Amino acid sequence: MTASKTAIGRESGLSLQKQRQKAAFWFLAPMLIALFCVAAWPLLRTVWFSLTDTSLNNLYGGKWIGFDNYLRVQTLSNGTVRYKGTLVDPAWWNAVWNTVRFSVASVVCETILGLIVALVLNAEFKGRGFVRAAILIPWAIPTIVSAKMWAWMLNDQYGILNDMALNLGLISSKIAWTANSDTAMYAVLMVDIWKTTPFMALLCLAGLQMVPRDIYEAAKIDGINPVKVFFKITLPLIRPALMVAVIFRMLDALRIFDLIYVLTPNSASTKTMSVISRENLIEFDKFAYGSAQSTLLFAILAIFVSLYIWLGKVDLSGEGGK
Amino acid sequence: MAKIELKNVKKSYGAVDVIKGIDLTIEKGEFMVFVGPSGCGKSTLLRLISGLEEISSGDMLFDNDRVNNVLPSQRGIAMVFQSYALYPHMSVYDNMAFGMKLAKASPEAMKKRVMEAAKLLQIDHLLDRLPKQLSGGQRQRVAIGRAIVRDPRVFLFDEPLSNLDAALRVQTRLEIAKLHHSMTDVTMIYVTHDQVEAMTLADRIAVLRDGRLEQVGSPAELYERPNSIFVAGFIGSPKMNFLTGKFASDHGCATLGIRSEHIDVVEGGLWTGEIVHAEDLGSDNYLFVEVGSDEPMIVRREGKLTMKVGDTVSLSPKAGQLHKFDQNGKPIR
Repeated sequence: MTASKTAIGRESGLSLQKQRQKAAFWFLAPMLIALFCVAAWPLLRTVWFSLTDTSLNNLYGGKWIGFDNYLRVQTLSNGTVRYKGTLVDPAWWNAVWNTVRFSVASVVCETILGLIVALVLNAEFKGRGFVRAAILIPWAIPTIVSAKMWAWMLNDQYGILNDMALNLGLISSKIAWTANSDTAMYAVLMVDIWKTTPFMALLCLAGLQMVPRDIYEAAKIDGINPVKVFFKITLPLIRPALMVAVIFRMLDALRIFDLIYVLTPNSASTKTMSVISRENLIEFDKFAYGSAQSTLLFAILAIFVSLYIWLGKVDLSGEGGK
Repeated sequence: MAKIELKNVKKSYGAVDVIKGIDLTIEKGEFMVFVGPSGCGKSTLLRLISGLEEISSGDMLFDNDRVNNVLPSQRGIAMVFQSYALYPHMSVYDNMAFGMKLAKASPEAMKKRVMEAAKLLQIDHLLDRLPKQLSGGQRQRVAIGRAIVRDPRVFLFDEPLSNLDAALRVQTRLEIAKLHHSMTDVTMIYVTHDQVEAMTLADRIAVLRDGRLEQVGSPAELYERPNSIFVAGFIGSPKMNFLTGKFASDHGCATLGIRSEHIDVVEGGLWTGEIVHAEDLGSDNYLFVEVGSDEPMIVRREGKLTMKVGDTVSLSPKAGQLHKFDQNGKPIR
């Protein structure tokens, strides 16, 4: 893969290894530049904003105020000491708790359901190709569309779900699923699980298809019952794929925004880190404060993912055992 | 040990008939090899015996008991797969002990059985390793070990040597032969497309073609008295020479067959031609002689090659070694 090769190999003065590294650098350069522009730069700007008193109508006029957006101590004239900033903001911690609750519940459900769906799709039956494509539909619909669709179905007055549940006698009166603070989180979870299980199923299916059929036959001859085969053979063998799938989903879930913004706007019981930081950034004109929350969101995500990779011994190098 | 009887066994996948009615009895303790070209149904037949596939019609008997609807794990079989089919996340020991462990065998009995098998196959120093840390030959020995631990009545081998290189293949073949000698009461069924494996291992060989049995017999029987042109051509290496047209009609048949080692280079022989190619294998040599038939005639001679390409030689068949076949490919005796 030498960059320049003349008809008769011209001695370029560089060893082959060096030439390869040089070529690799030039191939990678556009990618690195793009990544810097779309990922690193905005991130660094956000961190910078969080350390200033920038406001939305004066983006370039912010002054350095250190960590005041995160935590600052105020001593009032009467001598009382008050702590201010995101780190002592109950609304923020409510959002963190909401996000974690949502992420854990949704990813656990999606993984289990996705695995079940994948096991079904891995079996041979007529029309399997069609079912595999059809099951992806929830994932293919834009979140805004599906959120709106579900919002209508969950509507307390005209929603079809209330109507059906009422007619079946499951509920005695219509429930405002998305507005009621007791049920809002369940509504969000339900829609997210509906939407994302297909994605999980597909990732699990890819893992399942890597397991050679011979191994199942050997297990059949060994006389191992299917449940044990699943837990002792299938699960350990697809664990690497499953771990990667879970981390993808977890990253997605921890920064969920669109579904909640559309389905349950302004509900304290579902407001997540992304939603609350946007609220501060745009609506409340506390741009620097919102930036601090965005930075914390990034930090929490980074810590979480590092812990997960470290504790779960996730193999992201792709060089895992055969 | 088990005597296995197949009575008019058929297997079809949808409209495709793969096994078209096979009657075969495999005796207790026998080493039976199924051989044939790819797609002849030999692996399917093995899978039918194992129970991994269900037979479409006919009967399968193990020691006179009908086993058509008996689960693979209840048939008293063990199978060695071409791909080894080891559990990749388990150590060699666990691979071998897995079946017993889940059958709730006592740890001592389990250990004893695994150690015995491991010693027999000389893999007792590998028990802690994972399959990916083993060579192909070692993996296949573990797979055989796992089969031994099951203490089966019937051993099934599905092309166990196909994934090994030439040297390992010969070595592992020898080990399988030794295994057969040490486990005289276990019936072994072995599938291969390699007629050399079939000839060297088998007590009896079943040659399959298009889902039917072409011929069943001892290696010598198949070699010396093939029941059809197909068997004559399939068994033996190099392939038997076939002559048609005038060469055959001179001997009153449609096709004349002669093995390469049954041809002498003589003065004034029956056939004359030019050597177009020669191979020297050291211990013996092959001459490819253009005598005017469809393909050059292959002549096998002992010792070093003494002739060269371009020489004209005269050839004559050894007395009584001609195979004559009629229009339908059946032998005329």
